[in-house]
Amino acid sequence: MTDRSRRWGRVGALLRKEWRQLFRDPKTKRIIFVSPIIQLLLFGYAVNTDVHRVATWVVDHEGSATSRALQDALTAGGYFRIVGRSDRPADLARALDRGDAVIGIEIPPAFGGDLAAGRSPAVQVLVDGTNSNTGTVAQGYVTRIVQRFGTERAAGPNRPAAGVDLVARAWYNPGLTSLVYNVPAVLGALVFMMSLLLIGLAVVRERELGTLEQLLVSPLTPGELMLGKTLPVAAVALIDLVLVATVAILWFEVPFRGSPVALVLATLLFALAALGMGLLISTVSRTQQEAFMAMFLLILPALILSGFMYPIHTMPEAFQALTLVNPVRWYIEIVRALFLKGATVAELWRPYLALTLMGIGVFAVATWRFRRAVG
Amino acid sequence: MTVAVEVRDLTRRFGTFTAVDAVSFTVERGSIFGFLGPNGAGKTTTIKMLSGLLRPTAGRALVAGLDVAAEPSRVRERIGYMSQRFSLYADLAVEENIRLFAGLYGVAGPRFAARRDWVLTMAGLTGREAEYAGDLPLGFKQRLALGCAVLHEPPLLFLDEPTSGVDPVARRAFWDLIDGLAQAGTTVLVSTHYLEEAEFCHRLILMNRGRLIAEGDPPGVRRLMREPIWAFLPDDAPRAVEALRREPAVLEAAMFGRAVHAVLKPEADAERAVPAALGAAGIGFRDLARIEPSLEDVFVALVRREGGAVVD
Repeated sequence: MTDRSRRWGRVGALLRKEWRQLFRDPKTKRIIFVSPIIQLLLFGYAVNTDVHRVATWVVDHEGSATSRALQDALTAGGYFRIVGRSDRPADLARALDRGDAVIGIEIPPAFGGDLAAGRSPAVQVLVDGTNSNTGTVAQGYVTRIVQRFGTERAAGPNRPAAGVDLVARAWYNPGLTSLVYNVPAVLGALVFMMSLLLIGLAVVRERELGTLEQLLVSPLTPGELMLGKTLPVAAVALIDLVLVATVAILWFEVPFRGSPVALVLATLLFALAALGMGLLISTVSRTQQEAFMAMFLLILPALILSGFMYPIHTMPEAFQALTLVNPVRWYIEIVRALFLKGATVAELWRPYLALTLMGIGVFAVATWRFRRAVG
Repeated sequence: MTVAVEVRDLTRRFGTFTAVDAVSFTVERGSIFGFLGPNGAGKTTTIKMLSGLLRPTAGRALVAGLDVAAEPSRVRERIGYMSQRFSLYADLAVEENIRLFAGLYGVAGPRFAARRDWVLTMAGLTGREAEYAGDLPLGFKQRLALGCAVLHEPPLLFLDEPTSGVDPVARRAFWDLIDGLAQAGTTVLVSTHYLEEAEFCHRLILMNRGRLIAEGDPPGVRRLMREPIWAFLPDDAPRAVEALRREPAVLEAAMFGRAVHAVLKPEADAERAVPAALGAAGIGFRDLARIEPSLEDVFVALVRREGGAVVD
């Protein structure tokens, strides 16, 4: 046998063993196949920052055809739903206090009359600010609807003859639905956590059981050992990518406008960086507990500083700079652009370059550390 | 003699702690070479250095003619290694474990089939190839682990406390296997803290606190103890031990069941000193006789002679 065929024989034997172990343990199988779907469903349904059928309380002091028309205008778009009415402002305050309503609208007694006479009546809008996300967006919607209603109904000198009419249109995500924005990002978080977790466990569990020692006294070189450990995990990352992307596209109807090849390429580069981090953690952790702790300390900041849930451009500048060395940030940027914009690799050369550099860099350091730790 | 392993001033330090301190020895090919000593004596560290798992801080080790520090991977192809943890994969079947080792050591084709059958027969697992290794009784696990370690027929076999935790009958059967391997030409280096297992070794070294304190074949090592040991059956063993410990000619006295063993100074006259001490205390006894020292006695005596304490 030649050296080369011996080498591949060793790596092949290790690969078969790793693959069997990954798919034999029911716990691992659940982590690989079920947890990504659960997380996707969670983010798809539960984490929803959209304004949709917001509970609204109305105090109509006038009760005219005009004031009822304003209420119709509010509910027509599906953004608001009237959950109660009364003619006492105190009821409105109570509804907000109890959380029965998020928005309160108080229409003044002379609303219709003032409009018809060309005066500007004041409609009061109260917003529950405890959920600042929904509150802010809902407030914007109410304001626009009321203003448009006023403009259309106004007579006399208040009616703008030929003003500038601002028509805003959101590109790539016309409904501004958070689902379309979140789901691609879930991919980034999942591939990251899966790679980190599985590679960390694959190495540290063997160290704990003493089987790593048995591998190390075999002719297996550190490089071959790393290859045998990382390839199956990279494959699992790709399987999860396909799984989550399929559910996102078919079930959540998230558009995918880019090239699948570009997505796989980005995922492989990203997995390289994540696997490198996992290997680094495994070189400094003696037990699975230590490894979990280190991963936890890494995952949380990496996700927060990725633009996954909080936009990067609103972060303090020092933190914005930190996101530049965070592979999760670049991967999510690529995934979102591929899904929603249909961007090409050429257009996304910066994030691709960043991922390539980080992937190779982290993996090189991990290889060096790994060789030292086990060699 | 043909040398299988040659070790010169092998040393390993962890920080300020010296685990193995300038140890030198030579192992003849086809022999069973034992490392004896209490836990923490440096046996495991020595074996790890010889198998390339640990780098020596100083000194040199030639294994199968190769310098371990310079050519660890070539050494690894020529050795089998089995630790006290029987490092099989519990979640892999018996056959899958064998296949993994075969792949790692390049045992393929007709040779693989022959070797697999040999391992299955030796471990008594023929017909149980599909069972998970984790579900096997300890004795079977141990034999399967040994089979996997020698699947590639290495000229050298390292066994680090291979019998710890295994019942006496399985231990005996295991030593028979080791003996068979040695007769077939395999050099076996084995560490154990069961001193009675030293009898199975052709040659052994005693280690304590990282240092080699004795070397030889089992009778030779036993002869290293110059102090005579006497045994007798007293009426009251605890009080007899107390009385003997006050007697200047007695170095050590201890109970062995209902009997008492006493180590005397080489120049002392036991047949006078022991009855005198017991008589003064009013303790009756019978069957006073000089006995052969066990390796445990030798070990304790050698450590005492060096003025050191036994690490435990």
